[in-house]
Amino acid sequence: MTDLQDAAETFVVAPKRPADRPEPRTGRARSVVKHLVLIAVGVVMLYPLLWMLSSSIKPNDLIFREPGLIPSELDVSNYTVGWDALLHPFSHYLINSAVIVMGSVLGNLISCALAAYAFARLNFKFRTLFFAIMLMSIMLPIHVVIVPQYILFSELGWINTFLPLIVPKFLATDAFFVFLMVQFFRGIPKELDEAARLDGAGHIRIFFRIMLPLSLPALATTAIFTFIWTWNDFFSQLIFLTNPDKYTVPVALRTFVDSTGASSWGSLFAMSIVSLIPVFLVFLFGQKYLVKGIATTGIK
Amino acid sequence: MSALSELGSLRKQKGQASRSPLEKNDGKYAMFFLGPWLIGLVLITAGPLLASLYLSFTDYDLLSDPEVIGVENYRAMLEDPRLLTSLRVTFTYVFVSVPLQLIAALGLALLLDRGMRGLALYRSVFYLPSLLGGSVAIAILWRQIFGTSGLVNQFLGLFGVDGPGWVSHPDYALDTLIILNVWTFGAPMIIFLAGLRQIPEMYYEAAAIDGATKLRQFWSITIPMLTPIIFFNLVLQFIGAFQSFTPAFVVSGGTGGPADSTLFYTLYLYQQGFTNLDMGYASAMAWLLLAIIAVLTALNFFLSKYWVFYND
Repeated sequence: MTDLQDAAETFVVAPKRPADRPEPRTGRARSVVKHLVLIAVGVVMLYPLLWMLSSSIKPNDLIFREPGLIPSELDVSNYTVGWDALLHPFSHYLINSAVIVMGSVLGNLISCALAAYAFARLNFKFRTLFFAIMLMSIMLPIHVVIVPQYILFSELGWINTFLPLIVPKFLATDAFFVFLMVQFFRGIPKELDEAARLDGAGHIRIFFRIMLPLSLPALATTAIFTFIWTWNDFFSQLIFLTNPDKYTVPVALRTFVDSTGASSWGSLFAMSIVSLIPVFLVFLFGQKYLVKGIATTGIK
Repeated sequence: MSALSELGSLRKQKGQASRSPLEKNDGKYAMFFLGPWLIGLVLITAGPLLASLYLSFTDYDLLSDPEVIGVENYRAMLEDPRLLTSLRVTFTYVFVSVPLQLIAALGLALLLDRGMRGLALYRSVFYLPSLLGGSVAIAILWRQIFGTSGLVNQFLGLFGVDGPGWVSHPDYALDTLIILNVWTFGAPMIIFLAGLRQIPEMYYEAAAIDGATKLRQFWSITIPMLTPIIFFNLVLQFIGAFQSFTPAFVVSGGTGGPADSTLFYTLYLYQQGFTNLDMGYASAMAWLLLAIIAVLTALNFFLSKYWVFYND
């Protein structure tokens, strides 16, 4: 586990091939073939995305005639038309999504770190049992709990509010991140907290003054994955938000497809691109943490 | 590695709880640190889990009180042709797309040598679709690409081939979703990369001295050393694929069509619970899903004894 973390770290830095091992004679040809294969796969992987981007800035009829990436005719009106195509301007849905994402990130950071500290550093009754339950809850499909959750939240009058999507995050229900942080906390030398305890610090001080500052990479990984998952989440937002005022980006996009059908692919693509930009930015700037997070826990 | 192996090693840790004097207050503090998680366990996770088990034995439409009807929901499932269709669709999706996805992931991971030129760029390009694949936007894109006059058919048209509307044809619609899942091979690829870097270089050096070919080295060193990672990826992707929802929902416009060919199990569950408001039936379906995932995961663990190689 920690070895894997190291491994991930090593390949993030990508060490150079040792100089004392010369490439074999056939190495050059092989390497060219390898790069050609990799480039070909990369092009196939990215082509749909780039084509969607290019289609979002060309007139509608060209989308069905031009498989190439360079638009022969530019039309940025897709963006202005798409922006106002639904009941509210698209910014309304972006803000709704952003509110839920921010709440979720904050909730996961606080609650998962707290729970992780208990599992990593405290000795209490039922610790092993609780830890096992926590691990198993990682694999629990949301479908098994969604119906009673829906009943509970509708009893509380929370349907068509953001609360069903945010409040659970403050209760450490994304056990994934609890586990991630337990692993990280275990890697922090116990001598540090013992020294602090001798100086009179309690658990709460140790948690805030020692563990959290030393755990920034784990906190960043949690924040980034929570961001992307919540931004992309569709199932629970579809269920808990049925009032167009409360629609998030994915739910709004879905309404857009159903209401327009195939008649306005250009503006549909334009808003799809808008919806992907935040995830793409997080990917660009948070890649290091994403790679490490996956390599250590296997999350997407 | 991670949650799976952690769960397996828990038994060993039992009984090591010797308490130092510094730890005597831990119980009190545990209430503070673990409090939110415990509340979440009762209200959001374990509580609803048990509640849905109860509801699965009732007839409940949200409006009137649940009425206990015994195993009627489960019995009805046996005779529900759409349920059987959704199981067939989902099993096909899982058992075709996950192996293909993992083969792609492993193949590409093997091509990415340590320290090669452009490694970071390749890795990013291959990984990006994993982050976007589950979104509504990508499902919308897929609906166009595989539509009657979509991108794929435009390309086929260049060669004079007149392709069908893939997403609207019952024989092909599921294939487009399988392709979408294979497209997201980047995440397991990164796990494979980490695993490959773990294999000690000296194994290969020793094998080379003994005259083993590259192919032989691959089958006798790389694959056996990688089996724990393959197993891990397999379990993880299986569990994930069974719960896939968004692509099928968006591509089929929420219907699971054409002709129920993309009626994923979760999509049918959504229709029963939140369109028909048959919460009892939906809960019974949810428990069957849980049982299927649990049995398959257990089976995976059982079979792993025969093919997964642990070095320690």
